Amino acid sequence: MRARAALVAATLALAGCTATAPEPTPTAAGTLTGTVTVFAAASLTDSFAAIADAFTAEHPNVEVTVNFGGSSGLATQIVEGAPADVFAAASLATMTTVTDAGLAPDTHDFATNTLEIAVPTDNPGGVTGLADFAKPDLAIALCAVEVPCGAAAAKALDAAGIVASVDTYEQDVKAVLTKIEVGEVDAGLVYRTDVLAAGTKVKGIEFPEASGAVARYPIAALTGSVNPDAAAAFVAFVLSDAGQTILREAGFGAP
Amino acid sequence: MRRSFLTPALWIPAGLAIALLGLPLVALIVRAPWAQLPELLSRTEVLQALGLSLATASIATLVSLVLGIPLALVLARSADWPAVPRRLLRALVTVPLVLPPVVGGVALLLLLGRRGLIGQFLPFQIPFSTTAVVIAQVFVAMPFLVLAVEGAVRASDRRFETAAATLGATRWTILRRVTLPLVAPGVSAGALLCFTRALGEFGATITFAGSFPGVTQTLPIATYLELQRDPDAAIALSLTLMVVSVAVLVTLRDRWVPGLTS
Repeated sequence: MRARAALVAATLALAGCTATAPEPTPTAAGTLTGTVTVFAAASLTDSFAAIADAFTAEHPNVEVTVNFGGSSGLATQIVEGAPADVFAAASLATMTTVTDAGLAPDTHDFATNTLEIAVPTDNPGGVTGLADFAKPDLAIALCAVEVPCGAAAAKALDAAGIVASVDTYEQDVKAVLTKIEVGEVDAGLVYRTDVLAAGTKVKGIEFPEASGAVARYPIAALTGSVNPDAAAAFVAFVLSDAGQTILREAGFGAP
Repeated sequence: MRRSFLTPALWIPAGLAIALLGLPLVALIVRAPWAQLPELLSRTEVLQALGLSLATASIATLVSLVLGIPLALVLARSADWPAVPRRLLRALVTVPLVLPPVVGGVALLLLLGRRGLIGQFLPFQIPFSTTAVVIAQVFVAMPFLVLAVEGAVRASDRRFETAAATLGATRWTILRRVTLPLVAPGVSAGALLCFTRALGEFGATITFAGSFPGVTQTLPIATYLELQRDPDAAIALSLTLMVVSVAVLVTLRDRWVPGLTS
């Protein structure tokens, strides 16, 4: 609770004269109004849509709009002045971009995500573990190292001492998943949450080396926010039991 | 000297149009990390991506010329056809222009991928190969050439062809000696549009061909990936692509069709 109060105070102080609501009690239901614009990593698409609904149910006068995209791209947009109130990133590195620009004074880790091997449902390549990624006759897709899932994949493969025979480095985790869903590749590395979201179209295989490359997801209310009270309340809601339950159901780990 | 009939009022919207098209490029130039530029642009992966882009866009343009000019001639002469096939053919040529390129890439994957309509019968794999890059570029860029050539054919005076025919020229001779020379400006304009569009192609390529350095990672894809990590480097790469495109548009146009520059 103290962290939350500090966050609200910091946000208010930094927001300065733009904070128009007198004497706000940010977490009290019904007192918040206006719009909250949340920029969230693409891997949060389903869970943040659910969280936005749950948050609106608690604060009926607040409208939440969520802009999903690649974390790095969103970070660039925020630094370039995009009108965001909250940023939820899929890696600490992308949040650093925003923090370094002085726009996210107080960040909180709110979830973790673990890599899984994803294969087409009928597993045409007979993939059983990470070692299969070295087979040159299999078609393998990874995220490009420039994006968080690619950095995590490279870390996991390094830790396992495996040189993957990669056919394509995709621009984001959903692109890897698409290639698997249409059966164009035999295996790829995606997050556990992506496997869950894809349902029956792909099969997930856990592998022990994943524990060395767990992705941490930070969230922050942004100093440029035009509605700092609601922004702080949204961040608090994501960190609350209600928000965490939704994230856990989607396959995210505890922060 | 020709007298200009432009009313001054036209300069206001025209000036706005110039600003809208030009200022983003100015911003790119202003923000470019000039000090790091030589180092960034001499990286092997950048040169590799640039080389791949130039090579694939050139091949895609050649393929588009070979396939697209005949299609344009058919399209231009389709006026005598019944309405339904004529409109269907025209729509088919126009669809890649309005289709989001990513959707085009998915469609190509569903056709030529290893589980695709045709791809499942092929003994070799097309996706993730340089061939796939060229196919994606042809799919997206050829309509520019077809429509430019078709417009030129429609605008050309068919009486020249009739005259040649009455003088005993065969159809093949008429095509080579009369029709094609008449539409040459349209062909070269279309080929340039086609080349530059292929050079900038991103969505269909990354979806259908994937991204692997030296094989399928073209300059636009390298730029997009770099944007995720180092925006300054991405700006430098965009600048390269822009300079190459402008250089091609300016120089080749002069060389290919001297008549157009006067």
